[in-house]
Amino acid sequence: MAEPVILCRGLWKIYGSEPAKFLARHDSNPSPEQFEQSGHIGAVQDVNLDVQPGEILVIMGLSGSGKSTIVRCLSRLIEPTHGQVIFQGTDLLKATEKEMIEIRRHKMGMVFQNFALLPHRTVIDNVAFPLEVQGVDRAQRHERALEIIELVGLKGREKYYPRELSGGQQQRVGIARSLAVEPDVWFLDEPFSALDPLIRREMQDEFLRLQNLLHKTIIFITHDFDETVRLADRIAIMYEGRIVQLGTAEELVTKPATDYVRAFTRDIPKAKLLTVASVMGPANGARGDGPAVTDDQRIGDVAGLVIGQDKPVTVVNGSGNVVGSLTRQQVVDALFADRS
Amino acid sequence: MTGTAGPALSTAGPQSVWFRLRWPLVAALGVVFLILFRGTLPDWAITPPELWTTNLPLPFLIFSDAFFPALTIKGSSVADWFNGIVSVLREHEIFGLFTFRDVTRGIAGLIVWPLNFSEDLLISGFSDWEIPPIPWVVTTALAGILGWYLRGWGLGLLASSCIAYCAVFGKWELAMTTLSLVLVTAPIAILIGLVLGILALKWRQFERALWPILNLMQSLPHFGYLIPIVVFVGLGHKAGAIATILFALPPMAKITILGLRGVAEEVLEAGVMAGCTRRQMLWRVRIPAARPTLMVGVNQVIMQCLAMVVISAFIGARGLGIDLLFRLQTLQLGRALESGIAIVLMAIALDRLSQALSEKEPVHRQDGPFWSVHPYLTAAGLAAAAGILLAYLVPEAGQLPREMTVTLAPQWDLIIRGVVSALYEPLSFIREYLPPYVLIPIRTFFEQLPWTVFLGAAGLCGWVLGGWRLAALVGTYIGFIVLSGWWTEAMVTTYLVFVAVVICTIFGFPVGVWASRRDRRTRVVAFLCDTFQTFPSFIYLIPVVMLFQVGTISQIMAIVVYASIPVIRYTYVGLRAVPHSMVEAAVSSGCTPSQILWKVRMPLAFPEIMLGVNQTIMFGLFMVMIAGFIGGNFDLAREIFKAKAQNDAGLGLLLALCVAFLGLTADRLISAWASRRKAQLGLA
Ligand SMILES: Nc1ncnc2c1ncn2[C@@H]1O[C@H](COP(=O)(O)OP(=O)(O)OP(=O)(O)O)[C@@H](O)[C@H]1O
Ligand SMILES: [Mg+2]
Repeated sequence: MAEPVILCRGLWKIYGSEPAKFLARHDSNPSPEQFEQSGHIGAVQDVNLDVQPGEILVIMGLSGSGKSTIVRCLSRLIEPTHGQVIFQGTDLLKATEKEMIEIRRHKMGMVFQNFALLPHRTVIDNVAFPLEVQGVDRAQRHERALEIIELVGLKGREKYYPRELSGGQQQRVGIARSLAVEPDVWFLDEPFSALDPLIRREMQDEFLRLQNLLHKTIIFITHDFDETVRLADRIAIMYEGRIVQLGTAEELVTKPATDYVRAFTRDIPKAKLLTVASVMGPANGARGDGPAVTDDQRIGDVAGLVIGQDKPVTVVNGSGNVVGSLTRQQVVDALFADRS
Repeated sequence: MTGTAGPALSTAGPQSVWFRLRWPLVAALGVVFLILFRGTLPDWAITPPELWTTNLPLPFLIFSDAFFPALTIKGSSVADWFNGIVSVLREHEIFGLFTFRDVTRGIAGLIVWPLNFSEDLLISGFSDWEIPPIPWVVTTALAGILGWYLRGWGLGLLASSCIAYCAVFGKWELAMTTLSLVLVTAPIAILIGLVLGILALKWRQFERALWPILNLMQSLPHFGYLIPIVVFVGLGHKAGAIATILFALPPMAKITILGLRGVAEEVLEAGVMAGCTRRQMLWRVRIPAARPTLMVGVNQVIMQCLAMVVISAFIGARGLGIDLLFRLQTLQLGRALESGIAIVLMAIALDRLSQALSEKEPVHRQDGPFWSVHPYLTAAGLAAAAGILLAYLVPEAGQLPREMTVTLAPQWDLIIRGVVSALYEPLSFIREYLPPYVLIPIRTFFEQLPWTVFLGAAGLCGWVLGGWRLAALVGTYIGFIVLSGWWTEAMVTTYLVFVAVVICTIFGFPVGVWASRRDRRTRVVAFLCDTFQTFPSFIYLIPVVMLFQVGTISQIMAIVVYASIPVIRYTYVGLRAVPHSMVEAAVSSGCTPSQILWKVRMPLAFPEIMLGVNQTIMFGLFMVMIAGFIGGNFDLAREIFKAKAQNDAGLGLLLALCVAFLGLTADRLISAWASRRKAQLGLA
């Protein structure tokens, strides 16, 4: 595995009257009761995380579970109470204010839930804002801004003010702004939550298209399952400030670490998620003359075929070798097991 | 919301009649007690003994020893002490070079430059270069184009007719002098307010020190600014400008602090993520993002400036105010009315223009030739060119000669005489019955009220509502008045304001309730309130003097006309702001409309209505001072006018502080009560 872009170890963020002392007093591991008693809130608790270059890491969890707080600690918008954040090999929490400004100017981009556009600036000036504060001259930054505006599909609206745009268009501006400096890491905090479902889907397609072009390292927050399944390479599930499991969607569904994860992932649309490989049984004999499926197909795509067969269906891998078999019962279990 | 409302409402406790009436009962018992036992109180507990008020209390001495070692006090009263400080500032040389007064005069000297410039531009022309002033047709047209640009042709029409009125009715010079004072002072006040707000944002300590000062400044009556200004700057036009700036800047500073703090967290985070330095955060993110709030402050500053510019006539600021003051004093009511209308029109125009400015949203520009990208600029340029050309050909378009102006003063006088004689009979019962049966008993009550009882009652209220801190604060305010030596006068002022506020409430509350019942009524009343609120307080003296001549009734009526607005406004706003869910719950449990009003809306809106009464008290204290010169009571206003006539700055300041502390006492107590009650009701 390559060197992680972001590595965080034992990260805590506690709100309250004296967070650091509180943490030290309880040996860096206070219990929920102790939090309750002292009136402190453990927004992020003992989080360990590594983000690989080029991956989309989705952080999921209920409202108030600490998702926003984590990304704000990783970008140091919030000062963590305790712990370590290594960003591309440098210790982020030891960086001076000046170094932080440099890192944010060149290496990080962030998209916000409510767009956070500057209302008094036109689209082009909003997008060019990060360049402007760096001192890039007007012609150059407008040229770059125009490029990105075209990339996110807002060409022709450069001179509009945010107020004159729809929600989806405003978020395109937010995305363009965060990409203006070609950041290495891209944070998105529920970027599509404020949009209605149709627009949301359109924006997800747009996002995937952009990612195929740009290959950024992405930390994406959402509490929408469909969104997660469509976008995620890996998923971190948060519960009361802690990451309870980190893995691919398939791992979460097939091997949930706790009951919470099991309950939480129950509603994930499995048909689109599980591959044949994760459900199939061992191969029983050589390939017959019946129909066959490949092991990397999604269950949802083969279910109709398998359920229509009386006998197990043969599973082959990419090079045509038989690797297993799939029964009608296995498919039904995989799709509906948790419902019963 | 409904869920929390149920239990919260019932915290009012057992709903027995006795329990509900506990406070009125306590008050009534107190009054009975006073009447019966006042004689048994020692004299010193009734009026502050002379010995106290003529011997400077220790805290003052300690304070001046610490901060003004050079202080020598001629005399021994608190007023003398204030005068001592004034004379230190006036005569004591800092570093042996210049006095504080030199500094203030120097600063005041600077204001002459922009003032002269704007007056040359609008009225007299630049004689050094033989450039004539802007022709009045151009000023009128530009005002119209400004209104057109900011909101539409309606506002443009309004703005230019206001300006045209001044020209046609021969008020041009006066009006333009007033306008130029506002145009010079408002930006300076805005700038200083902004700077204070920014500094407060930067240093918490500074903010902590600033708030109480701003609160005090906002409760100082106008004369509290005027009299010290006379000492440190002198009489005249520029002194008026300085007083205006000082008077108008507190709201801007407050709004700046609130606005800059109120910028959405996400927007600030976006700024940080873009890599802004601290300075870039302030100038490119915080301030621009707070623009809508800041613009509300701008509107307030402009209106405060206009009000103060008019009142500055008392210390010799030129313009419409001095004209009005003169006509009122000589009872030329028709002329006074004509000047008054000019002031009102200017107030309306300035208010609507600055409001439109604050509501103006940016709109993107289409590409095209200059005139289509900037139509308003083009129109303004064309209008200016055409107007100047016209003035060159027809001199009357440049400056309207006096014989071409109109006056309706004789007609106004006729109308006024008609109205007054028509109303003489109907109003005579006020003149006849109000003084003997209402005014004199209440005045006697306040005059005879022992200061210990007043202090005790206020302190007790403070303690109940906000603990010992509030009790101590309120006690300090009243203690200051007791020791100032002006207790009796302060009580007369209290009596005047008390009567006026009661009348305001009796009149304003039903109007507010009435207005809250239908959308259309609310709109109409809101429009009237908004409009009347923008008029400088001075204007309200005109109808009052018309109907009641001079005297106590006039002074009270002036307060009533001016100070009724807040009660009305807070009443309908409070009643309408009751959460919809609570009203729906009441409807579904079968309440009649009047039950909904009295059992649901009214209790929930009551704290808000009390805040309106609070505002009315503050307005009343301001007006009672301004109307002092038509009142003829032995109150603080009379003393402050005397102090002004004698240029007694220390005394003037002392009296102004007494007024401010009366206001702050009421303000602190009522706000504490209202916020506690709102919290109980789950509304906060
Ligand atoms: N400034 C603050 N002061 C005190 N507590 C805070 C503060 N900011 C966040 N919290 C608390 O920290 C916890 C985590 O908040 P966070 O905003 O990270 O949640 P989230 O997972 O992003 O929720 P959502 O889905 O609603 O955005 C919450 O319990 C919240 O109340
Ligand atoms: Mg969040």
